[in-house]
Amino acid sequence: MTRRRQTWVGLATLAMLVGLWFGLTTWSGAVSSGRFPSPADFWSALVQILTRGYAGGELFTHATHSVILVVVGFFVATATGVPLGLWMGWSRRAEAIINPVFLLIRPIPPLAWIPLAILWLGLGDAAKIMVIWFAAFVPSVINSFAGVRTIDRPLIEAARMLGTPRWRFVTEILAPAAAPMIFTGLRLSLQAAWTTLVAAELVGALVGLGLVLNMAQQDIYPGMILVGMLSVGILGFAMTWLLAAAEHRALGWNMAAGSSR
Amino acid sequence: MTDRPLSLRETMASGLAGLGCFLGIWTLLTVSGLVPRQFLPTPLDVTSRFIQLLTTPFAGATLPQHLASSFKRYIVGVCLAASVGVPLGLMMGWFRWLDDIMAPIFEGLRFIAPIAWVPFAALWFGTGIGGPVMIIFAGAFPPCLINAYRGARFVDPRLIEAAQMLGTGHLRTILEILLPASIPSIVVGLRVSAGLGWQSLVGAELIVAASGVGFMMVQAQANVSTPTVMAGMIAIGLAGMLIDVLLRQGEASIRRRRGLSA
Repeated sequence: MTRRRQTWVGLATLAMLVGLWFGLTTWSGAVSSGRFPSPADFWSALVQILTRGYAGGELFTHATHSVILVVVGFFVATATGVPLGLWMGWSRRAEAIINPVFLLIRPIPPLAWIPLAILWLGLGDAAKIMVIWFAAFVPSVINSFAGVRTIDRPLIEAARMLGTPRWRFVTEILAPAAAPMIFTGLRLSLQAAWTTLVAAELVGALVGLGLVLNMAQQDIYPGMILVGMLSVGILGFAMTWLLAAAEHRALGWNMAAGSSR
Repeated sequence: MTDRPLSLRETMASGLAGLGCFLGIWTLLTVSGLVPRQFLPTPLDVTSRFIQLLTTPFAGATLPQHLASSFKRYIVGVCLAASVGVPLGLMMGWFRWLDDIMAPIFEGLRFIAPIAWVPFAALWFGTGIGGPVMIIFAGAFPPCLINAYRGARFVDPRLIEAAQMLGTGHLRTILEILLPASIPSIVVGLRVSAGLGWQSLVGAELIVAASGVGFMMVQAQANVSTPTVMAGMIAIGLAGMLIDVLLRQGEASIRRRRGLSA
């Protein structure tokens, strides 16, 4: 009942916003088209980038390039970050050795690596992967680490008493028990990766959605800015949604507990 | 709890070994000539550059001056985010109709990364103080709003019922019941905001500013001055850490004063 009501109010709000958009730009001209695009400006920008292209490519080219970079960077970062976090959670010795180095690097925001990445690797894909790696690595380490540390002690002691071999212990107890926290880390990693990539492309790129935004800003082309922003938002939403679906599949048994974290 | 905890001495020794390895490999890479010094200066080079920048100007100002202009934008942006986000969150927690209207809008905006606002920020407010402030605002606003909202929604219903029975008005209910009861949640939100705001500031200054630490780093990148870029990273990291420590202490003292365990 309340869900229904929320849907209706949501739709009404959306309709109101669209009406307001038309009203302020096209009909009354209260907001000049140099500041915010009218729906017609937005539409022509969208058609332009879809058919003729902008900033050296069509929307599809820019979008797929950005998405592939994020996916690759995300996998590289989590494939290194999650095992490191699990290991640090498991071994006090590893934690003691790695933590100080980690504490040294952690306060530096991912975006602050962008100038260094460009200096080292130029404007191409390698620099973007490096920046994404730094952005996505830290959350996946921290959350995997915390996931291991929150495992019930009796569970570990029982496994030890039964003489579970090391490999089975890792795959059947450590990883599943830490999984909810690992997924929290993956979600944060993905968000950080996407934001950082867009920023890195804004600073300098040869192709990608950030480049579209950058060119549109320099050309003072509000319609294209809006197209770029919406693309960034929609793709960010789609990737988060896919990851949530994967989490749901993997952790169906734990959804009630997982969602409360 | 997996392994046995290490003794303090073991922890210290391992930590120093880890740090030693890290700095050692870094130095070796450069000194051995494997990586050109221009691209990977030794830790010592970076430290001396950092100290040098404290007094020598780069990109129009010394490091402390750049930091000062960054902080000015940062404080304006975060204060703006808090002063809009917290009241709006509390009101959304109290008035159902406002919640119904605003929630879908924020749901949609949530997925647009703060940094994607850069072009509009530059277009609307310029690259001086306004543009960067808007980016910081975009980064710091959501946690302020969400935590104030959650705090207001989870107030003990008996308090609200008691107030309603006594005929308390909307404004007084919000100010005297919802606000005090949500303080712990709001404080957590402010701390998260401050962190996100600092990150957004760095991004904004890399792209749309004409002063500040981020601007200094971009200029250094253009001049292929790696030690300056790294000194900027250290400055940003240290400042971020300082902000976090201060806010954690503030949070702890508020919790203590309210008789909650830290």
